[in-house]
Amino acid sequence: MNIPKNLKYAKTHEWVRVEGDIAVVGISDHAQHELTDVVYAEMPAIGAHLEAGKECAVVESVKAASDIYAPVSGDVVAINEELSSAPELLNQDPYDKGWMFKVKMSDASELNELLSPDDYAHHIGA
Amino acid sequence: MQSTEPLKRTPLHTEHLAAGGKMVPFGGWDMPVQYSGILAEHTAVRERVGLFDISHMGEFLVAGPNAEKALNGLLSNDVTKLAVGQAQYTLMCNHGGGVVDDLIIYRLEPSLYLVIVNAGNIGKDFAWMKDEATVTAVIDDRSERFAALALQGPAASKLSDFSAALPHFHIQRHTVFGKECWVARTGYTGEDGFEIFCEATDAAHLWRTLLEKGKAFGILPCGLGARDTLRLEMCYPLYGNDLSDETTPLEAGLGKFVALDKGKFIGSDVLVEQKAKGVERKLVAFTMTDKSPPPRPHYTIHANGGKVGEVTSGTQSPTLGIGIGMGYVETATAAAGTPIEIEIRGKKFGAVIQKKPILKKGT
Repeated sequence: MNIPKNLKYAKTHEWVRVEGDIAVVGISDHAQHELTDVVYAEMPAIGAHLEAGKECAVVESVKAASDIYAPVSGDVVAINEELSSAPELLNQDPYDKGWMFKVKMSDASELNELLSPDDYAHHIGA
Repeated sequence: MQSTEPLKRTPLHTEHLAAGGKMVPFGGWDMPVQYSGILAEHTAVRERVGLFDISHMGEFLVAGPNAEKALNGLLSNDVTKLAVGQAQYTLMCNHGGGVVDDLIIYRLEPSLYLVIVNAGNIGKDFAWMKDEATVTAVIDDRSERFAALALQGPAASKLSDFSAALPHFHIQRHTVFGKECWVARTGYTGEDGFEIFCEATDAAHLWRTLLEKGKAFGILPCGLGARDTLRLEMCYPLYGNDLSDETTPLEAGLGKFVALDKGKFIGSDVLVEQKAKGVERKLVAFTMTDKSPPPRPHYTIHANGGKVGEVTSGTQSPTLGIGIGMGYVETATAAAGTPIEIEIRGKKFGAVIQKKPILKKGT
């Protein structure tokens, strides 16, 4: 299982890459593997306010719809438009081309609640 | 159906784990939903060949001089039309005309029938047949002793010699890679293919040999995920989703498997009346016209500003790349071409009712 060292992880399998006060969010390699072939991604609206731990997006495979939870609070400043026509990027490249949305964090201390790569590996039993 | 009973395992359970199968509960069984991926497995069956473990399905033998008569009273289709070696799709109805199960029966010998029932219905069907048969026949549940494999796809007939003399919807006794089996040219995918019924102890040998022989044709082991997308593109109903004790075969559009002219059978009184009056709701197929999340069971169907029904099966069609589904709608909105909307998480998405099957094929 690929768990990049430069990211933080939520127990609910989202990853966060910190770029200044912006959090880039996606789903982990483990998550995309468990979800199986993703065929649809429903994104939060740009400008929407997210609260850490709350549902904010939906990723759908052939078999099931799965909620995505905001790993941090803040306003959505960008979404990955490419996922609308190519949701399979979530499977093929979950940490780069498959990023989902960017949040302007309202409370950077929430990052401390997220898991380190080692702790996330332990969490998923990798 | 949730249950605290431990999940049952087919004779191929260890093969599934070895092949990387992702196991899920289905009808009381621990079954592979996928191995390499639903889309890849679906494509393998449409374009090449795939192999499914269908050992979870139930197998009953019905035998004796009254077997035909007993079955004809229990089932909607006309059993007397079945020649030895032929298969027939049929419904078993309750006294209200609702569907106890949908099944395939094979006439193996003049007075011996093989009845294939859905995995989740084995106990219910067996009890029903025993209790409701109006003439005495031997009804034997052989589900534990039988394993079953489905080899499906345009290249399926190239894997063995059992295809040459076996017409569509027929069954024959064959020795397959050294094992005595019943081989039927049937399936649940819309492709050419075979269902192989064997002794449980022979299943692993057949599974491995078919995968080995199939390598040259690009075979993939396929799970229940692809089984569902393949059958839904063909609009084959799934019991528990599209059929239930509450829905009749006429509502489900399965009238051609209901022989109302054959005489009485369980549920026939209600069905005769329903046929005369016309059904109030129909099981229709639809495709999404808007880009949307895949439709799923229990989403509501709307037309003309009001709710007209509910989705019973839905998915993203791997072949067509769009959302597809089936559901019951009021008869007034059931005609092919009728625009409808599917409500998904509070938002309505456009769809249109299609003539079945959704996937139009040359065959």
